[in-house]
Amino acid sequence: MKWQKEEQQKWFGVLAEFDSTAELYHACEEVRDAGFRKWDAHTPFPVHGLEKAMGIPASKVPWIALVCGMTGAALGMLMQWWTSVVDYPLVISAKPLFSWQAFVPVTFELGVLFGAVGAIGGMLALNKLPMHYHPLFNSARFERVSDDKFFISIEAVDPQFDPEKTTAFLKKIGAKHTEMIEL
Amino acid sequence: MVSRSEYYDSQVRYADPTEGRAPLVLGDTSFHRITESVTQPIESPAPIGWFLFFFVALCGLGILGASVGYLFWEGVGIWGVNNPVGWGWAIVNFVFWVGIGHAGTLISAVLFLFRQKWRTSINRAAEAMTLFAVACALIFPGIHTGRVWMAYYMLPIPNQMLMWPQFRSPLIWDIFAVSIYGTVSLLFWYVGLIPDLATMRDRAKTKLRRILYGFFALGWRGSHRHWLNYERAYLLLAALATPLVLSVHSIVSFDFATSQLPGWHTTIFPPYFVAGAIFSGFAMVITLMVFTRVIFKLEHLITIRHFENMAKIILLTGSLVGYAYTMEFFIAWYSGNGYETFAFINRAFGPYYWAYWTMFSCNVFIPQIFWFKWARTNIVVLFIVSIFVNIGMWFERFVITVTSLHRDFLPSSWGYFVPTIWDVLTFVGSFGLFFTLYSLFVRFLPVVAIAEVKTVVPEADPHFHPKEDAGHSA
Repeated sequence: MKWQKEEQQKWFGVLAEFDSTAELYHACEEVRDAGFRKWDAHTPFPVHGLEKAMGIPASKVPWIALVCGMTGAALGMLMQWWTSVVDYPLVISAKPLFSWQAFVPVTFELGVLFGAVGAIGGMLALNKLPMHYHPLFNSARFERVSDDKFFISIEAVDPQFDPEKTTAFLKKIGAKHTEMIEL
Repeated sequence: MVSRSEYYDSQVRYADPTEGRAPLVLGDTSFHRITESVTQPIESPAPIGWFLFFFVALCGLGILGASVGYLFWEGVGIWGVNNPVGWGWAIVNFVFWVGIGHAGTLISAVLFLFRQKWRTSINRAAEAMTLFAVACALIFPGIHTGRVWMAYYMLPIPNQMLMWPQFRSPLIWDIFAVSIYGTVSLLFWYVGLIPDLATMRDRAKTKLRRILYGFFALGWRGSHRHWLNYERAYLLLAALATPLVLSVHSIVSFDFATSQLPGWHTTIFPPYFVAGAIFSGFAMVITLMVFTRVIFKLEHLITIRHFENMAKIILLTGSLVGYAYTMEFFIAWYSGNGYETFAFINRAFGPYYWAYWTMFSCNVFIPQIFWFKWARTNIVVLFIVSIFVNIGMWFERFVITVTSLHRDFLPSSWGYFVPTIWDVLTFVGSFGLFFTLYSLFVRFLPVVAIAEVKTVVPEADPHFHPKEDAGHSA
């Protein structure tokens, strides 16, 4: 069967199931070396080092958190300066209006708040979450991804994808079960 | 229930081959078994004990509602506060609850940064405890103002008076510190819950459960590309929460330390308050865990080893607190300041000597029993000591607040503070709120971080092989 463009629009891709982290790790190395691009590993818990087997770069979340945290701290100091010096100047204990030392705690706290929100918001945005519908949820076996099973999904949009060849390839590298997932 | 000897046997038998350390999860460590043991209590009907506990907690919540309602109707005059003791139980309870709220983030964040893997079994419940303790704490600054409908004065909100809060005041720092601490703790807790909510969603038998857990799981599908960002975000939250947790109780201590009052005006307060907060928080974690693990049969996940580690932290922080108590006396003498010296002698031997020695015994003497291993590994001893520490730490705040205020510079204004029934009922009621929230949490959410516990069993390592001779091909 020739893999047609129309066919491609019907399928999300193929899902392969593995039993252990070791099997998954080796399979990921194989999929990476075979040159697939649009694929993913699914695990019940973070398998440390799997990103090396998958060949994916480090997370960009820290940069987002850094920018957000700095923004929060800057806004915090700015707010205190503006309210205490410009909009409502009030001399307390003969201290200068801009007594920045006293403004450090609130500046710090707001930096932490924005940094934390940035880390979580950045994580969700990079992961494209929340996404309550996903084709993989159509698979009954995939329900165990949050329990004790390990999966690799290769998407139909990957240029190398071919339903039969890719399935056979996944079987060869140790998949216990494979299935085609509809869009 | 795993007995002590069984536990030590198991340490020898199942020594973790990848680490050469004692295992953190006992017995059957298969991933499915871990999922089952954490989710079972949520999916099966609640035990009768839970209903009894929940009912008592709800009664407590009712007491809180009634006493706060009466307070709003009548005003702060219903409390025992008056000149010279203008800060009574409201601030005592506030500091007490905020202190308890420190262990959760400490376990989650500081122990995470130090790669203390034993935290995984207890962090979820400790974080939940933090949230509920902070919720209890936030009540008190909210209601103690008298005109509670003016509480928004505390926040920088543009208003009709064209006035702004005074940012040079530690009380304003406190508003920011505690509310941001509550927010970040909530976010931290929720982010940790996302993968476990996905587990609950995937296991759900009823449509309602599938929708509710599914909604909050945000469509989590265990993708490793997601895990990578997720773990990085979690690490960053831990890195941000660690200085935050230290800053919060330091700022709480500034409420006292920046004043001119003898007994409050000391530079030792920030570290002393932080140590005390960690101390009281771990005590409350032990108090709660002793019951949680038995009621929900989680003894193989929350093991004696976890309790032993917590007991060591209690011993350390309790001794730090004891050092601070002693050092305050030394500085009072060394400063040569007559008012300072008087304040401390009065604290230990004045009209409130009973509160002082209750505090000292509960916080410094009693935890010394944890020098002995048999005490650290005995559930009954652990529970009793944790209760003493809870009591002692409440008294610490009482001693600091009340003994410093009741004898100020002018003998003509000296007084003796006595709480009223409404002080007591509000405090008792705050426990009602705390336990209501905690019992709802243990009923509907996974008490142990399922995904995280799975990462600490040997099988989680991709280089783990069950048989020693099985080589690694890659």
